[in-house]
Amino acid sequence: MAHYDSAMALSDSDVRHVARLARLGLHEDEVAPLRAELETILQHVSAIAELDLAGVPVTSHPLELVNVLADDIPIACATRDDALANAPDRAGDGFRVPPIGA
Amino acid sequence: MSWEAVIGLEIHVQLRTETKMFCRCPNRYGDPPNTNVCAVCLAHPGMLPVANRVAVDQALRVGLALGCRIPARSKWDRKNYFYPDSPKAYQISQYDEPLCAEGSFTGVRITRAHLEEDAAKTIHIGGGDGRIAGSGASIVDFNRCGTPLLEIVTEPDLRGGAEARRFLTLLRATIVATGASDCDLEKGSLRVDANVSVRRSGDEELGVKCELKNMNSFRFIERGIAAEIRRQAALLEAGEPVLQATLHYDPASDSLSVLRTKEEADDYRYFAEPDLVPVEPSPAHLEALAAALPELPLVRMDRLRAAHGLPDATAESLALTPGLADYFEELAALAGDARAAANWVMGEFSAHLNASGSDPHASTVTPARLAGLIALVAEGAVSSTGAKQVFAAMIDDPADAAALTERLGLGQVGDTDALGAIVDEVLAASPAEVAAYRGGKVQLIGFFTGQVMKASGGRADPKAVQSLLRERLGG
Amino acid sequence: MAALSTIGLTAEGAAMLLDARAVSCVELAEAYLRRIDAVDGDLHAFLRTHPEETLARARALDEGGRSGIEGVPIGLKDLFSTRGIETTAGSRILEGFRPIIDADVVEACADAGLISLGKLNMDEFAMGSSTEHSAYGPTRNPWNQALVPGGSSGGSAAAVAAGLAPWSLGTDTGGSIRQPAAFCGIVGLKPTYGAVSRYGVVAFASSLDQVGPFALNVRDVALLLSIIARNDPRDSTNVGLPAPVELPEAEDLKGLRLAVPRDQLDAGVDAGVAALFEATVERCRALGAEVSETTLPHAGHGLAAYYLIAPSEASANLARYDGARYGLRVDAPDVHAMYSETRRAGFGAEVKRRIMIGTYALSAGYFDAYYGQAQRVRTLIRRDFAKAFEQYDALLLPTAPSVAFPFGAKLYDPLAMYANDVFTLPVNLAGLPGLSIPCGLADGLPVGFQIIGPAFSENRLLAIGHALERAIEFDPVPPRILEGRG
Ligand SMILES: [Mg+2]
Ligand SMILES: [Zn+2]
Repeated sequence: MAHYDSAMALSDSDVRHVARLARLGLHEDEVAPLRAELETILQHVSAIAELDLAGVPVTSHPLELVNVLADDIPIACATRDDALANAPDRAGDGFRVPPIGA
Repeated sequence: MSWEAVIGLEIHVQLRTETKMFCRCPNRYGDPPNTNVCAVCLAHPGMLPVANRVAVDQALRVGLALGCRIPARSKWDRKNYFYPDSPKAYQISQYDEPLCAEGSFTGVRITRAHLEEDAAKTIHIGGGDGRIAGSGASIVDFNRCGTPLLEIVTEPDLRGGAEARRFLTLLRATIVATGASDCDLEKGSLRVDANVSVRRSGDEELGVKCELKNMNSFRFIERGIAAEIRRQAALLEAGEPVLQATLHYDPASDSLSVLRTKEEADDYRYFAEPDLVPVEPSPAHLEALAAALPELPLVRMDRLRAAHGLPDATAESLALTPGLADYFEELAALAGDARAAANWVMGEFSAHLNASGSDPHASTVTPARLAGLIALVAEGAVSSTGAKQVFAAMIDDPADAAALTERLGLGQVGDTDALGAIVDEVLAASPAEVAAYRGGKVQLIGFFTGQVMKASGGRADPKAVQSLLRERLGG
Repeated sequence: MAALSTIGLTAEGAAMLLDARAVSCVELAEAYLRRIDAVDGDLHAFLRTHPEETLARARALDEGGRSGIEGVPIGLKDLFSTRGIETTAGSRILEGFRPIIDADVVEACADAGLISLGKLNMDEFAMGSSTEHSAYGPTRNPWNQALVPGGSSGGSAAAVAAGLAPWSLGTDTGGSIRQPAAFCGIVGLKPTYGAVSRYGVVAFASSLDQVGPFALNVRDVALLLSIIARNDPRDSTNVGLPAPVELPEAEDLKGLRLAVPRDQLDAGVDAGVAALFEATVERCRALGAEVSETTLPHAGHGLAAYYLIAPSEASANLARYDGARYGLRVDAPDVHAMYSETRRAGFGAEVKRRIMIGTYALSAGYFDAYYGQAQRVRTLIRRDFAKAFEQYDALLLPTAPSVAFPFGAKLYDPLAMYANDVFTLPVNLAGLPGLSIPCGLADGLPVGFQIIGPAFSENRLLAIGHALERAIEFDPVPPRILEGRG
């Protein structure tokens, strides 16, 4: 991961890097305006980065459930035609995608 | 300069279940492409994972077998990356709270063992040789996608290819014994990556490590690791740096090729999977799972050694082949002679299994029949050479050992009248040697014994022959 | 018989008409389809209808016999997977996608004999508070077509307010049911997290998303909740409701301890909204409730926590839209370029913004400062609520700080748009139920009154909402509703 300059100041290369991680296909002329927007939002949300919350446990989920497990019994799966019905590029039995490349 | 290799393994084991890790599609190998799939494992919008209870138990069985600590709580995480084999663009895995924590197996520390889902299968087409480079397109088959996978990570406690191979052999036997997986390298239900680094002997600091990927037999793993150690040592010897890389070992040329170099650290952006809840195995459940485990190979190895006085190598090789070990133990009990039983099982019987391709308990030579043969040898009714012929005959002939010995004319000439006649004949035919013996060349006893054995067609009991000879020769 | 008017017709009312054989299921469905034809060209609440399926279902019920709520039509937010029927989540990237399964809530509605009229407009992937972020054009507010209906379930709210459906389903991740219900002058409930299955609901932020009903009154909301809140083994985080939903009958609030978290109002509330809110609080007292003031000391950090947690989860949830298996694909010479070009073309600006924020917040080196910290704030907010509920049965807040705003007013100012959720999103962070009922008009526009309860206190919220609704006597029919009352 690239080293970001600081929590709130985003560089254009940070924006490019994050867009690449997210596969968002950003064009060069979109980088600067997006950086400005993100910076504004990050500036706002960064307020909580400064809070001293040592010792406060995280909540990743509102429910305190555990051990929700399914029995290992097959359920009819999709037909192959159903599975492939939405394929943008069906190749016989499978989904075709462009070569993986570099 | 002497170099030391430091090797850690990452082992992926497909677990044996009826259904996948997070959906209830069949977990089955070899079906036509995209037939064991559903909206969940195709990552359609809005689809949610539900964890497979049996997969969790299978993973726990392995963890217990590897001496892992089972934490009170483990959780699921998303590992984000884009690739055609990953339909959600994240793999559900376990990051900081794995199902099985630190353990130890054959002296190698286990870092952790965590549950995750397998990826889809991608076939590269139009590139000629099925490899990624230069292919025209990829076809994705999601049948394998979502298969329960246990990732076992070891500490870098191994020091060479042969050691890694032995560790893996015992590990596989142990996992197979738990029933959690068939660990079939060819089908990909066991996959091994090795992290190898080399350092100056005696150094504390680790060298730069390279990862060897997807080697498909233990022999190739051993050789691949050895090749990588040589490669890194040669670089260091020449004063060149080892560059962090992922490598592919080609057994045909015994050489390594670089798949990719690490220019940038991966950024998987792990975070807790909000669609799943933590797993908290109860102590009672863990106790029940542990109690239901069969005797594991390492335990059996110790017991075979202790109970039957078997040498280490024999005990280990029997413990690695549970069917053969079962056969051995049955045979040893029936024959009352563990050493003889072990010799037969490791020798003639194993050769017979190898030749016939059958498993021990399917063999026509049942432990009871083989015990009969061992008894005949013990009684001196057949020589050990003759017994091998009887064994060969038993494979296709249901008659018992005694009857076959008789029919093959291999019964040992033990009674003194018949044997006495042969001895007398031999002595009469060699007057010079008799004189020499009587003159003090007592080592000629061997010559006479040989002559008697020959004359008896190998059926004479050598002990009886010697005592008769001494009697006749008077000394 | 004169043509049936659907304006102001509740689901219970429609069922009574069916029971009395005043109309058949087909006639009822046709009335709604006609109404949609007549006004939805302007309103754009529906992304698509499927009259043949609708009428076939109605016919089957007419022929097979019906009872109870069976035969009553419903509208579904386009976030719900409908087998064989295009489901886009308001996004280009899913254009043409036909799910191969039904969402559990869709199945639940079908099991109950409800008849789907079609799929309702929404902000793309439920990201927004105005429905302006729909890739298929905005929905207009039936009270004033120059204004937004709220969002993200703007289509669901507008359809019910305009009589295009007696009730509808939406989702609420940070206020997406309650806020549009408030803007459109109807009732909306965000149930307790886990009460309703998320199976088949296109995910935005998994730990916050919850499905809930829109209707003209609280009883209909209760009725629809009773249909959709059920146990579904396909959603590991679903538990259903611990007790059956009770159709509310309460006429007063005697014995209830209510509280206004006064510190929350410091965030700023438009004068008209504030005045109606205070008047409604007074009305609670008049109805017999004991109303106190309390604080939620950490809820003020909710907006920041929410705008880290929701985008983070979304960045992963939306990663599957990659052009490989369904939806839009933009061809490219290699697969990673295909992903990038497809996602570039398929996602709108707001979705991209949130994916960027989420990806950044989760990335190495920033995880603890952002995502980790947001989850700790979440713990504090949950504790604030838990503490308040030790003393009070429910908390009272405005649903939104303003009434419906004009198109474009906040479209280019993400922070202003996000701030509209300030009173609703702490409820999602804590996984609590929240009910919004209309409490009057400010400058001729509806104002929402929010009642927040502890987890699984839906029956209590519905009772409070019902008693208040009776006292307020709000008329949910927009005055200049296109053709007027018919
Ligand atoms: Mg792994
Ligand atoms: Zn599946």
